Amino acid sequence: MSVRRLAPKELQPESFAFTADNLAWAQKEITKYPPGRQFSAVIAIMWRAQEQCGGWLPEAAIRTVADMLQMPHIRALEVATFYTMFQLNPVGKKAHVQVCGTTPCRLRGAGELIEVCKNRIHHDPFHLSADGDFSWEEVECAGACVNAPMVQIWKDVYEDLTPETLNKVLDGFAAGNPPQPGPQNGRQHAAPITGPTTLLSGGINVSPVNANGPSLTDEEAKRSGAAANVQERPAPKPPAADSSGKNTP
Amino acid sequence: MLDDKDRIFRNLYGLDDWTLKGARRRGAWEGTKAIIDKGRDWIINEMKASGLRGRGGAGFPTGLKWSFMPKDNADGRPSYLVVNADESEPGTCKDREIMRHDPHTLVEGCLLAGCAMGAHTGYIYVRGEFIRERERLQAAIDQAYEAKLIGKDNVHGYPFDLYVAHGAGAYICGEETALLESLEGKKGQPRLKPPFPANVGLFGCPTTVNNVESIAVAPDILRRGAAWFSSIGRANNVGTKLYGISGHVNAPCVVEDAMGIPFRELIEKHAGGIRGGWDNLLAIIPGGASCPLIPAADCQELIMDFDGTRAVKSSFGTAGVIVMDKSTDVVAAIARISYFFKHESCGQCTPCREGTGWMWRVLDRMVHGRAHKREIDMLLEVTKQVEGHTICALGDAAAWPIQGLIRAFRPEIERRIDDFSRKATLDDQGVLDPAHMQAAE
Repeated sequence: MSVRRLAPKELQPESFAFTADNLAWAQKEITKYPPGRQFSAVIAIMWRAQEQCGGWLPEAAIRTVADMLQMPHIRALEVATFYTMFQLNPVGKKAHVQVCGTTPCRLRGAGELIEVCKNRIHHDPFHLSADGDFSWEEVECAGACVNAPMVQIWKDVYEDLTPETLNKVLDGFAAGNPPQPGPQNGRQHAAPITGPTTLLSGGINVSPVNANGPSLTDEEAKRSGAAANVQERPAPKPPAADSSGKNTP
Repeated sequence: MLDDKDRIFRNLYGLDDWTLKGARRRGAWEGTKAIIDKGRDWIINEMKASGLRGRGGAGFPTGLKWSFMPKDNADGRPSYLVVNADESEPGTCKDREIMRHDPHTLVEGCLLAGCAMGAHTGYIYVRGEFIRERERLQAAIDQAYEAKLIGKDNVHGYPFDLYVAHGAGAYICGEETALLESLEGKKGQPRLKPPFPANVGLFGCPTTVNNVESIAVAPDILRRGAAWFSSIGRANNVGTKLYGISGHVNAPCVVEDAMGIPFRELIEKHAGGIRGGWDNLLAIIPGGASCPLIPAADCQELIMDFDGTRAVKSSFGTAGVIVMDKSTDVVAAIARISYFFKHESCGQCTPCREGTGWMWRVLDRMVHGRAHKREIDMLLEVTKQVEGHTICALGDAAAWPIQGLIRAFRPEIERRIDDFSRKATLDDQGVLDPAHMQAAE
């Protein structure tokens, strides 16, 4: 458990009201659940309120959502303080960096990413940087363990980071030009960095995506059960001057 | 190695089109109506015959679970299907790939599972952090509604509504009754069982909660037949499985392969081998952070399935393998897992709320050797007192990694304690003087 308290009075805005779009969205969200079960929508609607408030949840917003769902305020406050993705204090305007610090990420260097955040943003988590643009925290597993280490900023995750690439990502956010989300070392999502080891031979209904060449190279012998398009003998090499480039790896 | 034609998730890496068009090309939504027309009993029997065990960690037979749902809703309560996509355990990241690259396997699975258990409404509870995955899944559901594959009046003749709900960063909501509490808009604190969800679940109605992978493999099992699925793997541990390999391997990845693949083959075929070679292996955690670690000596012959991991006193969990090589500070690694459970304890049961923090604090001292040797046994005893004395399994999950650590690496902890006390000149931490020891409160 962690102790989580609302932001101090002086940081709390006076009031909160949903924009017309968000209000319509929230009404639709309630209809997902049976009549009389509108409480169920509280997490989704509160999350929308947090997005509208620039990444954190003021007390006024919590109370507004509670009124909207006709639930006692204490029940809404319980939810807001229980779920750790609700930020109860203001976060950086340009980026709130959530560094995953659990064991799989630690094993691959999340500690260095935390050092980058400490040096670049603020020594302590949940504190705004001097210009108020950035803040950071260490989160408990963001669910991209095979792409460790990683950070989540707003909706997107930046994976396979090194201190250098994290700095680049943060530079991008500082300049208002965030980089492409996903792995930052050029790999294809959760595939091995050396290229997929499966789904190469065109299983049923697989489109022939075969960016990494045949499953066997010319030097290897054909194994029993290998796909029919794999040659048993090495393919003839083109002459050295051949410019077709077909057989270059 | 599993043949490509036997793989269920044929767009695991997002190289192909994830939309309905691409999914149909890969075989999704093919003959779904014929399966539904065979009726719910046929579906349940086929699932039972396939031998599929739940993919969320506990390994409960999926067909059997579905059969617990009431046959008729005579008392007027509707039945619900809830899909647990709250994948939050360190090391586990397989469902994410299904949701973002092959969402239609899940959507179709929901329809079939709903039909099998007489549920006309399904909720998919996605963890809060998976925002893009949630958007992708919603888009897939919208496509399915538009093509009239699901919905009140669909081409399959079985009315079924499917909704996406989400959490906001609580690991405990992966526990099925905590998930139901969260879906009802409350704090995610697990409920006492019984009554079981199949009787009193979501909104007090009969509910079945299944893992994403269990649901997503159902359409292929029903299409290709139970015999096909049960022919893969070993008896009682059949089928294909998504493995996630993270940590100190050369090429971490998520990969689908047969149950019962030898651990060494899994690592060397798909993950590029252990960093620094096989002999550099120190230990693995086979199925997400809650499983006890397995030292390298036991990994040589390790078979990756429920029984294979149980044979070495661990558990299969979700098959998210965390690999640690010899450069790892193994005590610190487990201490970090301990911190994770401390952070994620919901605070409802005292043994877990107090125990997880207590265990983490002791373990954290042991990282530097700042402890007494007899505290190792004390720690072990406390883990036994937490284990099994809480409403849900989080207490157990917090205890097992520590028990695994002490079982396999007690000499390492003792060496650190010796090291520290040899260097310590004064008992400023209370270490050399038991009378003033600031133990373990």
